[in-house]
Amino acid sequence: MEQINKQTFQQKLKSYRKSPLSLTLFLLVTISALVTAFVLFFLIAYILIKGVPHLTLDLFSWTYNSENVSMLPSIVNTFLMTLLSLLIATPLGIFSAIYLVEYAKRGSKVVKIVRITAETLSGIPSIVYGLFGMLFFVVTLHWGYSILSGAFTLAIMILPLIMRTTEEALKSVPDTYREGSFGLGAGRLRTVFRIVLPSAVPGILAGVILAIGRIVGETAALIFTAGTVPEIPESLLDSARTLSVHMYNLSREGLYVDQAYATAVVLLVVVIVINGLSNFVAKKISKG
Amino acid sequence: MRHWYLNKETLMKGIFLLAACASILAVSLICLFLFANGLPAIGKIGIFDFLLGKVWKPGNDLYGILPMILGSIYVTAGAIVVGVPIGILTAVFMAKFCPKGLYRFLKPAVELLAGIPSVVYGFFGLVVIVPLIRELFPDSKGTSMLAASLLLGIMILPTIIGVSESAIRAVPESYYEGGLALGASHERSVFFATLPAAKSGILAGVILGIGRAIGETMAVIMVAGNQPRMPAGLLKGVRTLTSNIVMEMGYAADLHREALIATAVVLFVFILLINLLFSVLKRRTNE
Repeated sequence: MEQINKQTFQQKLKSYRKSPLSLTLFLLVTISALVTAFVLFFLIAYILIKGVPHLTLDLFSWTYNSENVSMLPSIVNTFLMTLLSLLIATPLGIFSAIYLVEYAKRGSKVVKIVRITAETLSGIPSIVYGLFGMLFFVVTLHWGYSILSGAFTLAIMILPLIMRTTEEALKSVPDTYREGSFGLGAGRLRTVFRIVLPSAVPGILAGVILAIGRIVGETAALIFTAGTVPEIPESLLDSARTLSVHMYNLSREGLYVDQAYATAVVLLVVVIVINGLSNFVAKKISKG
Repeated sequence: MRHWYLNKETLMKGIFLLAACASILAVSLICLFLFANGLPAIGKIGIFDFLLGKVWKPGNDLYGILPMILGSIYVTAGAIVVGVPIGILTAVFMAKFCPKGLYRFLKPAVELLAGIPSVVYGFFGLVVIVPLIRELFPDSKGTSMLAASLLLGIMILPTIIGVSESAIRAVPESYYEGGLALGASHERSVFFATLPAAKSGILAGVILGIGRAIGETMAVIMVAGNQPRMPAGLLKGVRTLTSNIVMEMGYAADLHREALIATAVVLFVFILLINLLFSVLKRRTNE
C-alpha cells in the first residue's frame, strides 16, 4: 500500500524552516543519540586499538609472577567463580520464580514480600555485597578469603536477575499449555517440569547469560570476599582473583598499563560475546 | 501409591517456597550484619561527629564522613547533569525518531554499554578522561570530581535510556496522534504530548540512575583522586562513600574498620531510600 502521508525531504526542510523549535528539538535528539553511540564506539575502538598489540602469548602462561603478570590464572578463576555462583543461584532463582508464578495465590503476602526483597537486592551496590560477604562468609563462617565466599556473595547478587527473567519467561508460557497438561491428568509438579519449564528455557537461558556478564565484570564484591591471589586455587577455600579484579590490580599499581590494556581487551570481548549470545537467545524466543 | 504422589507434590511445593524465601533471608542477613557491625561504631563515635564531622583521620581517631557524603552527592549530581539530558533525549530518539534499520544496531549498543564492566570504564576514564582534563586545565591533577562525574554520567546512560524508552513507548499512541491532528509537527507532538505523559516513568529511570551512580565503586575510585577532605571544587579530587570503603578496608582494624562498615550502613540507607522512591514512582506509573 502506498503511504499517503509521506513527506518528501524538501517538504520536511520547508516545515523546519517555518518552525525553528521543531528543528532544534530534532537536532537535540539526533545529537544525543549520536553522542551515546559515539561514546560506546570510541571506548571499544580505543581499548581495542591500544590493547590488541599488547596481547602477547606470555600473558597466557600458566604462572603469574611480577615479571610476567599472566592473566591465564585469573581467567581460569573467572570460569570457576562463574560456574560456582551459577550452581548456587540458578536453582534458587528458578525455584523461587516457579513458586511465584505457578504456586502462589494472587496477592498473597509472601509474594509481595519476596518481590520487595528481590527489588531491594537488585538495587544494593556491589561494594555493600562485598562488605556483607566479608562479614558473613569470610569472618562469621570462617571461610576466609576464598572462591567459596566470593561465589556465595555473587550468587546473592545475581539471584534477583535470574528470578526476574525466569518469572517473565514462565509468565509468557500460554495458560493453554498448563490447562492441556492438567486436562490429561498430570499433577502440578509434572506440569511445571514437563510442560512449562521446557517452553521457558530460552528466556531462562537469556537471564543466566546476563548473570554471567555481571559475574565476569564484578570487582567490588570480590576484593574482600575472594581476595586477590593471582593463582589457580587448589581448593574452594583458597583465595583467587577473577579477571576484573586482576585488571583493577594491574591498573592501580600503575606499573603494568600495557597489560591492563590487554586485559581490558579480553574483558570487552567476553562481554560483547555474552551480550550477543543473550540477544541471540532472546531473538529465538520472540520467533517462538 | 497415590499417597506417595501427593507427598511429592507437597514436598516440592515446600522446596519452591523455601527457595522463594532465599531473597528474604538474604536481605535480612545483609541488614543484620551491616547494622550489627556498623551501628556500634556510630554510637562510639557519636552520630553527629560521624555524619557531620568534617575530618576523616583514622590515625587520630577522627571519623567524620561528611566529606564523603558530600563527595558522593556532588559526583552523583554531576553525573545527572551529564547523563540525564543525553539519556532522555536518546530515549526519545530511540522510541520516536529512529528508523527500524538503525534501531537494530542502536538497541544492542545501549545494552552493551550496560554490560561493560565498571573496571573497564574506570580504566577508560583513567587513560582518556583524566589526561584530557589535565591538558585542558593545567593546574588540575586530572583525577577530579569532574572526571568522576563525566564517567558516571556515561555509566548511567543505559539505565536512563532503557527505563525512559519503555516509559515513552507505554504512552498511548493517541496522545501523539492528537498532537498531529491539532497541527503540531512530529517533534512538537512528541515533546509536548507524549513526553509529559511519560514523566513519572522517566523520573523513575533517573532515580534508578542515581542509585547506580551513588553505588558505583571501582570506576569512581580510579578517576576521583580519593582525597578524604571536604570537596574543594570541580577540578579537585574527591572521595565518595564507596571509595572510602575500598581504599581503607584492606588494612583497617578495630574502630577504624567498624567506622568503614558504618560508612557502608550510611550508603545502604541512602540506597534503601532511593529504592523506596523508585518503587513508589513505578507503582504510580503502572496505575
